[in-house]
Amino acid sequence: MCLAIPGTIAKIEDETAFIDYGGTTRRASVRLLPDAAVGDCVLVHAGFVIQKVDPDEGAELEAILKEVELL
Amino acid sequence: MTIMEVCGTHTHAIRRHGIRQLLPQNIRLVSGPGCPVCVTAEEDIALALKLAKQPNVTLFCFGDMLRVPCGNESLLQLSSRGADVRIALSPLDALAFAKENPTREVVWYGVGFETTTPHTAALLEAAARDNIQNLSVFSAHKTMPNALRALLDTDTKIDALICPGHVSSIAGADAFRFLPEELHLPSAIAGFEPEELLVAILALVTMILRGKPALINAYPRVVKSAPNETARALVDAWLAPCDAVWRGLGMISMSGLALLPEHAWFDTLKRFSLAPVSVSAHTACRCGDVLRGAIEPVECPLFGKACLPQHPLGACMVSSEGACAAYYQYEGAGI
Repeated sequence: MCLAIPGTIAKIEDETAFIDYGGTTRRASVRLLPDAAVGDCVLVHAGFVIQKVDPDEGAELEAILKEVELL
Repeated sequence: MTIMEVCGTHTHAIRRHGIRQLLPQNIRLVSGPGCPVCVTAEEDIALALKLAKQPNVTLFCFGDMLRVPCGNESLLQLSSRGADVRIALSPLDALAFAKENPTREVVWYGVGFETTTPHTAALLEAAARDNIQNLSVFSAHKTMPNALRALLDTDTKIDALICPGHVSSIAGADAFRFLPEELHLPSAIAGFEPEELLVAILALVTMILRGKPALINAYPRVVKSAPNETARALVDAWLAPCDAVWRGLGMISMSGLALLPEHAWFDTLKRFSLAPVSVSAHTACRCGDVLRGAIEPVECPLFGKACLPQHPLGACMVSSEGACAAYYQYEGAGI
C-alpha cells in the first residue's frame, strides 16, 4: 500500500507531471507537491507525486551512522 | 530483543531481502498492523460488499481490497457475478469514470494510511470543483499514531519500532517523536532497500543497548521533520479524525478519518443511508493476533493449509503486503 516509486519529472502541464522511470513515462498529479519542477527526482505513490528525493545517496548513510555513534 | 515494523511495504522488503536470516538469533523482527488492507474492519468490508451489490453502483478501490473475504464473499466474487467493481491505480481514475458515465453512482472506497489519504482528499476537491454529482467517497482511511499508542498499551512487548517510510514522508518525522519522548521507545524511520533497513536496525539496537530512546530518521533523502503541508491542508479541508475499528486491535479513538459534516453530500454512507452491518468472524482465523505481532503467521492453524495466497481466508494473506502473504511468498508454508 505504501509502494512508492522514484522517477524524474520530464514535463509538467497544469497539475499533471510526466514522470520518467528510466525509460517508461507515466503521468502523476503534482497537486500534493506544487513546487515540483522539471528535472526533480520525486517519489510517486498511487498516481500522485508525494515528495522530492534528495539525489545524494552515499553521504546520508554515513551521516546516520555517525548520529547513532553519538547517542 | 524484539523489533516491530508497522508498514506493509517494510514487511515485504524484510522478507524479500532475507533480513531476518542475516540477523543474530537474539534479534526478533515482528510485523505489526502496518497493512491498511489487513486492518480494515470486517464491518467496513461488509458495507463495501453491500454497496457493490446495488445495480447502479460502480465501486472503485485499490487492487488488494478486491480479494479480502468477509464471510464467504469478496468484491472479486461479486464482480464475477455481475457487480461493477473496478481497480484503480489512483483515486482520480474514479473521477474520470464518473465524468464519462453520469448515470452510474460511482463510489471511491478509500483505504490507506497517511500516505494515501491526501489522494482521496484531492479526489474530493476535484469532484467538487468540477461539480460531479455522481461520485461519493467511502472513507476507511486510518492514521497511525493512536494505533501505535493502543498497540503498545496491550500485552505486546517490543523493544524498538521501525517507523514507516512513506507515511513519514507525508506526515513528517516529528509525527513519531512521541514514541521515544512519551513511550520511551527507540524508533527509527527506515527506507526500503536492504542497506537502509539494516542501518535503521543498527540504530535501534544501539539505542536499546545504551538505554537511550530517540527517533532516528534513517531515510532523510525522502523524509523531513515537518509534514507535507500541502497534503496536510488538503486532508484537513475534507476529513476529520474519528474513532475507528482496526481488525485485530478493536476500536481505537481518533484513529480513522471521516468526511467533514459540511461535505456530507460526498459521504457514501450518508448518500446511501447505510446502516452498519454486523459480522460474525471466522473462528479459526487468527489475523487479529498476527496483526498485533502476538503470533507469527506460521502459528495460525489455517496458515499454509486452508489459508493460501490463491485461496485466502483472512486479510493478512490477501494483501501482497500482509504478514502472512509475505511469509508464504518468501518462506513457504513454513513446515
